[in-house]
Amino acid sequence: MKYSIQIVGVGGQGVLLASMVLGTAAMEAGHRVAMSEVHGMAQRGGTVLCTLRFGDGVHSPLEAAGGADLLMGFEPVETCRNLNLANKDTKVLMNLDPVYPSMVAAGFEEYPKIDDLVKAVSDVTDNLVTIDATSIAIEAGKAVTANAVMIGAVAAAEGFPLGKDLLKDALVANVPKKFVDLNLKAFEMGYEYMSSKRKRA
Amino acid sequence: MADILSKGGRDLLLGNEAITRGLMEAGVGFASTYPGTPSSEVGNLLEKMADKVGMYFEFSTNEKVAFEAAAAAAASGVRSFVFMKHVGVNVAADPLMTLAYSGVRGGLLLMSADDPSCHSSQNEQDNRIYSKLALIPMVEPSTPAEAKDMVPAAYDISEELGMPVLYRTTTRVNHARGIVEYGPMAEAKAKGRFEKDVQRFVNVPAFAKRNRVRLLELNAKAMAMSEKSPLNRVEGEGPVGVITSGAAYNYVKEGLPGVSILKLGFTNPLPEKKIADFIAGKEKIIVAEELEPFLEDQVLRICAQKGLSVPVYGKRSGHLPMEWEYSPETMRRLSGLVDVEKGPEPLPLPDVELPGRPPTLCAGCPHRGIYAATKKAVGKRDVVYCSDIGCYTLGVQPPFGTADFIVCMGGGAGAAGGFSKATDQMPIAFIGDSTFFHAGLPPLVSAKFNNHKLTMVILDNRATAMTGHQPNPGTGRDFGGISTEPLDIEAIVRSVGVDFLEVVDPYDVKASAAAMERALATDGVSVVISKRACPLELRKRKALEPRLCEVDQDACIRCHICLRTIACPALQKKGDDVSVDELQCIGCGMCVSVCPKGAIKVVK
Ligand SMILES: Cc1ncc(C[n+]2csc(CCOP(=O)(O)OP(=O)(O)O)c2C)c(N)n1
Ligand code: SF4
Repeated sequence: MKYSIQIVGVGGQGVLLASMVLGTAAMEAGHRVAMSEVHGMAQRGGTVLCTLRFGDGVHSPLEAAGGADLLMGFEPVETCRNLNLANKDTKVLMNLDPVYPSMVAAGFEEYPKIDDLVKAVSDVTDNLVTIDATSIAIEAGKAVTANAVMIGAVAAAEGFPLGKDLLKDALVANVPKKFVDLNLKAFEMGYEYMSSKRKRA
Repeated sequence: MADILSKGGRDLLLGNEAITRGLMEAGVGFASTYPGTPSSEVGNLLEKMADKVGMYFEFSTNEKVAFEAAAAAAASGVRSFVFMKHVGVNVAADPLMTLAYSGVRGGLLLMSADDPSCHSSQNEQDNRIYSKLALIPMVEPSTPAEAKDMVPAAYDISEELGMPVLYRTTTRVNHARGIVEYGPMAEAKAKGRFEKDVQRFVNVPAFAKRNRVRLLELNAKAMAMSEKSPLNRVEGEGPVGVITSGAAYNYVKEGLPGVSILKLGFTNPLPEKKIADFIAGKEKIIVAEELEPFLEDQVLRICAQKGLSVPVYGKRSGHLPMEWEYSPETMRRLSGLVDVEKGPEPLPLPDVELPGRPPTLCAGCPHRGIYAATKKAVGKRDVVYCSDIGCYTLGVQPPFGTADFIVCMGGGAGAAGGFSKATDQMPIAFIGDSTFFHAGLPPLVSAKFNNHKLTMVILDNRATAMTGHQPNPGTGRDFGGISTEPLDIEAIVRSVGVDFLEVVDPYDVKASAAAMERALATDGVSVVISKRACPLELRKRKALEPRLCEVDQDACIRCHICLRTIACPALQKKGDDVSVDELQCIGCGMCVSVCPKGAIKVVK
């Protein structure tokens, strides 16, 4: 078994933390793990991309375009921008909450309609699952737990090779103590969301 | 979260965390740096924990000073580590070249963190070449786990030879993550004694000539060590041989099944006999390495010298690129030569126009204020914006466009002097506080000395922000049990005797613009110090007072001057209306000072 996850988003969305949680769980499951992350410019509102690969014979911390088994898009435009990381069988999980780039906020550029973005992705793949992770996180108690919602959703995704309990333990190990309960709640809500989506499908 | 002070066990570590742990397992007693990505996390970690393991650590003013300090420590018998990004080695190159002649007593590692693909750099120079230029040994790890283990191994090499060792990494080692097993910690010896030896440590021509011979002899000894080193090893068998090092090894290992790999970790001097033995009898050889054909050219030379007629493929044959970092995809370029793992077809990019997302100055960044003020003061004057390296480099973007010429740290100020003499344009040099201390003082002094006409704007945001808010001489230090007072940039500049000097608050754009007017009107060297702390740094220290701006929609005339001059990401335009994003706004009031109608107010 070899599994590749690409996580894309914007600085401040908790992409790095999500990758740490997934990576820790993979390590605890006894896999080889190789990851890479983009640092530095992310702090200034740029795109963040994390690659996580685990399983037999894993050495490379980078994945080729089209090589992802799972693409976790924390932000709709970034999901579209990085869609070539996926192939037709890749599971694509796309958070629908936009983070406006500064030129959009200032009115110099337009942010596409979310529906158009969703349509553009579903035009090329049958494996898209959309999620309002930020709304779910707010419901759980805090918008910043959107990353825990995303991890919870992934835990319930079809064929995801890391167990729910391992992921929960890894989440607990990687968030500050006082936010553990909040994050676990967000995780469960993400899990529920994906489970009910799968039941309906 | 990883605890790199852990007694044992394993963790998922960033390469830079693993390297820091390696220092502790090697008993390093002295470490110095000037921050630079992708090496910066090592300094941030040592700032927090060096004293806990008995190690001395400092942020030096620049890489040259950092290198010299570490060289002295190593000459005194203390295991020392000096680290920097690749371009930092250019700054430290002068002492490096001659320290190689003197050598060291305690081990000295110089970590050069190279950045193929320029993720956060202005060039992608391959610093492996420095090992040949300085004639010093070099090691190259491929993964975080190896990065940790190679630290003590490299110290052993350094001490056995009495030479500094280049410990060369790249972004995909420093910023990769992998499973690392903690080894036992060694006790750090932070104090030694410098035993004088003039013939070694004073390279006047007569001694230098002899030391060069000694250095060449040591290189012969180093090659013998390289031949036997477990860091250079053969993996697998087959008619096709691949010679590789660094991050490229990972892509070879996974992407080229069925080849025999000569994995090189001790890469200067190369184990020439081991390489020749590996090549002999192979059907073909591939050399896979990022950037320059450093290994490949030597392999070709070895083949020529040993009369080996095995074809060698790589960059010189046009199969592999010389630009940018490698990835699993790079290996597919070898498909005519070997079996390569082909992956699935990538999805096409969706057919929608996506807005760009370049990194931008933060909301409330004081650099915005001084740029807006400068643009206002400059008006239609023919100026050349000489800028420099830091967050403020982002001024290159609209709406500022306040960067016309950038080369290296301190380079803007130096170039301004040249523009002032070689053109009739008015040079304005922007330079950050950390950069000013790093390399800004010599050009300022030179400007005064040579009667340049220029304006230097020192963007004093009280931090080395871009690389993660490290302290610098202007902030003073307060870690590792050592506290020092901040150095006063204003007093330093005044002592140079410049023709104009004012300190402004960039949040007051109007007053800053007026000061810039006066500076530009000065015939001579004028300096404006734009002083205001970086809000992100304040927030990290929990010292940011929460305030908020608000737009009075009745007073706003929709001129959008605020958006066009400050372009703060906290200002949003919805339809024709301007509003404030409460999540991002820090209430700095810069927009307040540019609104012609006084429609923006700082509330709470
Ligand atoms: C020779 C060299 N060393 C280090 C760096 C890495 N570096 C890039 S920006 C920067 C910080 C500059 O700080 P400052 O001048 O205070 O500007 P700020 O980022 O705070 O705006 C550093 C250290 C570099 N580019 N070149
Ligand atoms: S980190 Fe500080 S200096 Fe850098 S862009 Fe943000 S506010 Fe400005």
